[in-house]
Amino acid sequence: MLDKELRSMIGDVKDGRMDRRGFIQRLAAVGLTAPLANQILALGGVAMAEGASTYKPTKRGGGGALKLLWWQGPTLLNPHFATGTKDQDGARLFYEPLACWDPDGNMKLVLAAEIPSIQNGGLAADGKSVTWKLKPGVKWHDGTPFTADDVVFNWEYAKDPATSALTIATLRDITVEKVDDLTVRVLFNKPTPFWADAFVGAPNTIIPKHLFKDYMGSKSREAPTNLSPVGTGPYKFVEFKPGDLVRGVINPDYHMANRPYFDSIEMKGGGDAVSAARAVIQTGEYDFGWNIQVEDDVLLRLEKGGKGKTVYAVGGDTEFIALNFTDPNTEVDGERSSMKTKHPLFSDPAVRKALSLLIDRESVKKAIYGRAGRTTANFLNGPEKFVSKNTTWEFSIEKASKILDDAGWKPGADGIREKDGKKLKLLYQTAINGPRQKTQAIVKQACQKAGIDVELKSVVASVFFSSDVGNPDTYSKFYADMEMFQIPLSQPDPSQHMRRYLSNLVATKENKWQGTNFPRWVNKEYDATILAADGEMDPVKRAAFYIKANDLMYQDIVFIPVQHRLKVEAAANNLRPVVSGWANETDNLFDWYREE
Amino acid sequence: MSQYVLRRLLIAIPSLLGISLVLFVVLALAPGDPFSELATNPNVPPEVALALRAKFGLDDPIYLRYLHWLNAMLHGDWGFSFVSRMNVDTLILQRLPTTLYVIGSAQILALLIAIPVGVYAATKPYSLFDQVANTLAFVGFSLPTFFTGILFILIFSVTLDWLPFVYTTDIKGTGIHWLAETIRQAIMPVAVLGLFQAASMTRFVRSAMLDVIRLDYVTTARAKGIGQRRVIIKHVMRNAMIPVVTLIALQIPAVFGGAIVTEQIFRIPGIGSLLISSILSNDTPVVMAVTFVFACLVVLFNLIADVLYGWLDPRISLR
Repeated sequence: MLDKELRSMIGDVKDGRMDRRGFIQRLAAVGLTAPLANQILALGGVAMAEGASTYKPTKRGGGGALKLLWWQGPTLLNPHFATGTKDQDGARLFYEPLACWDPDGNMKLVLAAEIPSIQNGGLAADGKSVTWKLKPGVKWHDGTPFTADDVVFNWEYAKDPATSALTIATLRDITVEKVDDLTVRVLFNKPTPFWADAFVGAPNTIIPKHLFKDYMGSKSREAPTNLSPVGTGPYKFVEFKPGDLVRGVINPDYHMANRPYFDSIEMKGGGDAVSAARAVIQTGEYDFGWNIQVEDDVLLRLEKGGKGKTVYAVGGDTEFIALNFTDPNTEVDGERSSMKTKHPLFSDPAVRKALSLLIDRESVKKAIYGRAGRTTANFLNGPEKFVSKNTTWEFSIEKASKILDDAGWKPGADGIREKDGKKLKLLYQTAINGPRQKTQAIVKQACQKAGIDVELKSVVASVFFSSDVGNPDTYSKFYADMEMFQIPLSQPDPSQHMRRYLSNLVATKENKWQGTNFPRWVNKEYDATILAADGEMDPVKRAAFYIKANDLMYQDIVFIPVQHRLKVEAAANNLRPVVSGWANETDNLFDWYREE
Repeated sequence: MSQYVLRRLLIAIPSLLGISLVLFVVLALAPGDPFSELATNPNVPPEVALALRAKFGLDDPIYLRYLHWLNAMLHGDWGFSFVSRMNVDTLILQRLPTTLYVIGSAQILALLIAIPVGVYAATKPYSLFDQVANTLAFVGFSLPTFFTGILFILIFSVTLDWLPFVYTTDIKGTGIHWLAETIRQAIMPVAVLGLFQAASMTRFVRSAMLDVIRLDYVTTARAKGIGQRRVIIKHVMRNAMIPVVTLIALQIPAVFGGAIVTEQIFRIPGIGSLLISSILSNDTPVVMAVTFVFACLVVLFNLIADVLYGWLDPRISLR
């Protein structure tokens, strides 16, 4: 039904009977808005609009120095080696992708001349290739022209396992070919509805062929330009000290008109989030502070009469509690949480249901995340188009108790419920991080009132998230009943995010716990839905599949979403930063300026 | 004498080997790996992280990894950082000047306070000056640097807005202006560290002086009619300083090792902050290099202290 309506609307836009804005508003009305609404139009035959710019300055330079404070400074500047966002952020100052994402999830052109669409021949109707036209006249900082050869080179460089590039994941399954000097074609081996992954966004910036071609494969570490980037970006490299400082000056030949605004840029690393907030908001020593994960109370206090303020960006990051579907306490063939077991308590849906009623999301928001959080019933919280409207959440100790009573879990002498000799005792683990420990405490308290005994465990983040096979405390081994963390959604598309929970990707001893399905949840219908979505070129049907996938998780209570988290940054009062929840903080740096 | 030094140096070899072995094993047993940040990135499949682990040799048995490291170290190859893929020696040399400047200044400040105050307090024990100095010293070394550091920031940066609290190695301007800024931004960290050191050193100087001041030869010197000033400076201090010199010699490795807490608070890009960030990200080659160099310096300065001792006090003979 929706499908048909949409199709006729797309027709209206094509024939000029309806304008773009009207179309997007209509979509909003049916709950399908924002970031990928534009991709719907692109695939429906109407070209995707470029994100609007809020940039005001009318001349290049003259803005003085821009001082950025990253409390974890970049440790390397080759985007292909970036282990975390901090490294991508640093490399992005100098290197550029073909396109990036603006705050609304719209595509913004950087090195590409136009957004590929079916009309302009950029998108293949079967979804198996995308052709990018490159901006003519772009030069690397050393004067060499930027061409299609550079783009192809990046693919060859990263897909060689000997290079040890982390971008191999994005680039190994595609083929990149040069059409002419200013055109490249990316070929996929299967229909790919989300075609804007390779060469798009800060993680996928392009390095120059002429400076890296002698350092492919095992020699990759020896390239002198690993530490002194020569890019195409708005700033030219000056100095780099790993973990401490990155410095650049204005690129007078930058390819975007009137940009950049600042004459020089400095990214200082080190310290902690609270003092970074202080240096930006309270004393004004710095213009912008990255990832200010600080309690809202503290931020509100700093903002009173301060020189800066906090800035929020909505993305799709969800802090969740995952429930273990296998038994973490029984060892089978030398493996705990083995697929051969069933969780003794959670195999009763009533227990999972009761637990989901015991997470007081509103209190967590009020007491911990404040302006940086939103309550949600969904696991998938963005882009808007993929967010299910079929779900609700509630906090009620009475209802939870009633569900447990009805299911036969009766309080024992010690107040803890039990049934058939099994006590409702749960181990709840997470990474060490202030807000997480406070959330644990809130959950524990509510559970206690409902007769569930919760034992809390916190693991150092570098252990919890490590791939160390020998360590029992990693999130993927999941030797606990429930665990809490978040997996960031790093692009405005849920495909990689949702694929993690396919039944065949369960983390087991056999695959060295590298399987991504750590709750060890198996659901045939979910598998079918995700596989269908993966090959579905119709954007509306595809969105419907992901909404269904989210709802299946909701029905089975695989995850209990705790909070939809927003990005929090600190900025000087007169700075106009452009920060997107779908991209790295420095991805839209070319549009930043200062209000005089 | 030279024979003694040679023998000590030879003894140092097995002890350094032992130290390196212990360090290596402890680091290898520590949980976690440098790629933990990749785990939650859905764009990076786990097998990529696993392949990197294998490539960096993290999956080899410990003894093999140790032998590799030792062999490379003997050839002057310190290895490369897993996190920044940069040579470890470059990384350390880049940060050494800042640490030497800040921690060195703090040590000098500590000496400049501790020696005069300690000496003066010892000449007039239990006087008002002595009482006040003692109390302050007690307060000084009871307050940890993370507390005084934040206190200083609140007073001098936030409230008074006199001093910057983010240390930057990139100061604009040249000549006098540059010098002034370099000094200005170092005031707080140097004061925090220097006062902490000064507090304990003052008490040490004072008690060393008191030990000597009661000796018979001092009374003799006074009986001969030599002025108080000369007695204290020429006769008492010279002998009382012998243990103090040893103490200072043993403090010097710390100047190279940096100060983890203070460097973190003021964002000083020194060895201490390098060490702590490397430990947190399980960057074994860097942690290994920093701690091992530190161990070498401790062994070396122990030897220097012993030699100095013999030179200052001829009654001690080194064989």
